Amino acid sequence: MTDVFRAEGLGKSYPGVRANDDVSFAVAGGEIHALLGENGAGKSTLVKMIYGLVRPDEGRMALLGAPYAPHDPRAARAAGVAMVFQHFSLFEALTVAENIALGMEDPPPRAELARRIEELSQGYGLPLNPARRIASLSAGERQRVEILRCLLQDPRLLIMDEPTSVLTPQEAGILFATLRQLAEAGTAILYISHKLEEIRSHCDRATILRQGRLVGTVDPRAHSARELAAMMVGAEMRLVDRSGRKPGAPVLEVRGLSTPGGEGVALKDIALSLRAGEILGIGGVAGNGQEELLSALSGETATAPGTVVLEGRDLSTASPETRRRAGLLAAPEDRLGHAAVPEFSLAENTLLTAGARQELIRRGLIDRKAATAFAQQVIHAFDVRTPGPGTAAGALSGGNLQKFVIGREVLGRPRVLVVNQPTWGVDAGAAAAIRQALLDLAAQGAGLIVISQDLDELLELSDRFCALNQGRLSAPRPTEGLTIEEIGLMLGGAHGMEVAHVPA
Amino acid sequence: MFRLEPRASAPLLWQVATPVLAVLATMIGGGALFAAMGFDPLAAIRTIFWDPLFGPAAAYSRPQLLVKAGPLILIACGLALGFRAGIWNIGAEGQYIIGAICGTAVALAAYPLDAFWIFPAMILAGALGGWAWGMVPALLRNWFGASEILVSLMLVYVAQKVAAWMAFGPMKNPKGFNFPGSRNLQQYDAAANPELIAGSGLHWGGVAAVLALAATWFVMSRHVLGFHIRTAGAAPRAARFAGVRPERLVALCLGVSGALAGLAGLFEVAGPAGQITESFGSGYGFTAIIVAFLGRLHPLGILLAGLLMALTYIGGELAQMMLNLPAATVQVFQGMLLFFLLGFDILTRYRIRRRA
Ligand SMILES: Nc1ncnc2c1ncn2[C@@H]1O[C@H](COP(=O)(O)OP(=O)(O)OP(=O)(O)O)[C@@H](O)[C@H]1O
Ligand SMILES: [Mg+2]
Repeated sequence: MTDVFRAEGLGKSYPGVRANDDVSFAVAGGEIHALLGENGAGKSTLVKMIYGLVRPDEGRMALLGAPYAPHDPRAARAAGVAMVFQHFSLFEALTVAENIALGMEDPPPRAELARRIEELSQGYGLPLNPARRIASLSAGERQRVEILRCLLQDPRLLIMDEPTSVLTPQEAGILFATLRQLAEAGTAILYISHKLEEIRSHCDRATILRQGRLVGTVDPRAHSARELAAMMVGAEMRLVDRSGRKPGAPVLEVRGLSTPGGEGVALKDIALSLRAGEILGIGGVAGNGQEELLSALSGETATAPGTVVLEGRDLSTASPETRRRAGLLAAPEDRLGHAAVPEFSLAENTLLTAGARQELIRRGLIDRKAATAFAQQVIHAFDVRTPGPGTAAGALSGGNLQKFVIGREVLGRPRVLVVNQPTWGVDAGAAAAIRQALLDLAAQGAGLIVISQDLDELLELSDRFCALNQGRLSAPRPTEGLTIEEIGLMLGGAHGMEVAHVPA
Repeated sequence: MFRLEPRASAPLLWQVATPVLAVLATMIGGGALFAAMGFDPLAAIRTIFWDPLFGPAAAYSRPQLLVKAGPLILIACGLALGFRAGIWNIGAEGQYIIGAICGTAVALAAYPLDAFWIFPAMILAGALGGWAWGMVPALLRNWFGASEILVSLMLVYVAQKVAAWMAFGPMKNPKGFNFPGSRNLQQYDAAANPELIAGSGLHWGGVAAVLALAATWFVMSRHVLGFHIRTAGAAPRAARFAGVRPERLVALCLGVSGALAGLAGLFEVAGPAGQITESFGSGYGFTAIIVAFLGRLHPLGILLAGLLMALTYIGGELAQMMLNLPAATVQVFQGMLLFFLLGFDILTRYRIRRRA
């Protein structure tokens, strides 16, 4: 195999952090090459340099043997580099074909483009109707649009930043089949993920980064997931400890909870009962009402009286602030712009939810010192890698911001905590730490609702499990003894498949 | 060729430097314009920016600085609150006019009574009038999703018609020889807003402006309300999550900015202007938008920007008298200033790189 891409001594600094330091590696044509590392190890920074979004401070790159220094993504695309971002950049109101045309330098006529899209999508087993509107597509289908957009450029190097974190196992399977097919045609694929098992079964080589520096390039099949994780953190990973929990009295009762839907998914007659010290896992493909359920519980949307009752107190119409005072806390999935304000410092971001419970705001007055101290406490307790509480939330790596957001709520000593995708984009070590924190919280007597797409995570954490499908919540079943297959049935399979009937 | 590269954060240096650059560019651009019109550009610039403060007739023009800056700053403080939250009150001019009319109504109703409560009651009425005029776009936005930009702007023209109606009709001075316009409040002691320190130009409006600056600073940097306003402007979903009710914020920001504009109108009509005339509004409500942005929506910046804009008003009038410059000069100047400010603003968010 010949090297399609080669990096030598790449380095990049941000104020207070060395994001990449002397990184050298090569990606060969025909291989799926994984890029591994903890949160903040510098993976995104590295691929942004390759895609021309960030300029390296030092080092050289070569593409197909020629020196390569893209000034912007357009230059990178022209040279044959394509990238699929973790966050999609699609216009919801436009169709698949229109979105793809918008991203092209000189798009062919409509009919011609539609034909090529269909051809490609058939060829790669990525069924997609060019006339569908983006708004009606699942996360997996949206990603297909991004991938097709890349494939139309006929790239020599395809970069994917955490592509499977939003996919169901079935959708991920389809994605890997496509990538393999592409690789066989000679394309080099650079692939970022935190899912070690996935990397072990699908990737040919793995380059590991630790704190911006290269650890080495290894064969992932020759190492166990634990060994890979150990290389990433430079230490052994700890195991999650589930002991010490016993369900107590019911803390949260949800009855007959429905929402009108409108833009999103309508919740239909949701009912659940949560006990103190218990973790209830809610699985399901994103876009089936997860966000809406979290909003109804956090107080962003009010619901009919009597639908949300915390320890005997009806909070259905209470504001988020009132609910927080009462002990009902929530951490939404989208950390940038929902759970945190990217432009604000971490200290200011504590004020979003911890104002009352941590006494950071008293009689309307902001106590900046206390906010900074609390931010420091979260940073310390959850090992958030950042220069300090004054750093803007948007400058943190994805996983580190996630740790901060979860930590802010966990340290709020909630009676009930609702989290959506708690370990989204978090590295294996940090994910274990977050899960442990959630388990410890339950052991201290809080009730937890964990909404996630990661079934392993739900099995590891929850005492009972239910599935959310098109706004309906199935009856819960004890996790003990449930197999992944049974859960798969409860979830109704991948998007677009026949909806299974859930046995109560 | 050059190209723009986004910056990770807006450096403080550029945030301070761009308004200064904008002022310099306006001087150069204005000078070029005057030269093209056949005037001596240096003399014109000096007449506008220097003479009002230090020229031969400065003793007369200097007090005007506070007279003009007061209402600008008062209005801009309110606008800045909303602008920070992404709520665009473009109609302060209308709220200013209605505030003045409501305050005048109280005074005229009490005439010729001499009581201590008249002026305070006028202040209250002025604020309430402006508040109510500001609440119209707020309620329409909250109930029907109407754009507050359009509604508040269109209400300016309604307010102007109301002022004309008042001047010709209900408020016409019975002793005014049938000229349009209300009684002159300056001649009604209990309702007048006199100069507080002789020769300074300071009246109660100036005092109110200073209080408003202090209050804005306090709310924006120390109070949870300011935090909510900034959050709503930066990330609306995060604001909802934090417990901010968008409708309340809309009502609050439009209401407060309306009330401050109404106050400015009241102080003006009871002081420098003296009476409601058919053309009472003098554009302060629009100029205050420029003041708010030029001042970076920050109290200290608004203070400086308000003084600068007041200077262009006075300088423009002076240039009109001394050099025969057309009356539209001031507006061209102010427009240029906003234009250059928005233009240079790119430098705070991007850096210029030479394309290799
Ligand atoms: N624009 C920026 N300004 C300042 N620091 C930054 C910026 N972007 C990244 N960093 C810092 O550089 C380091 C590497 O970040 P990067 O996003 O590359 O990590 P990552 O490996 O992709 O992590 P994750 O798995 O959490 O996404 C982090 O410490 C991060 O805080
Ligand atoms: Mg990343």
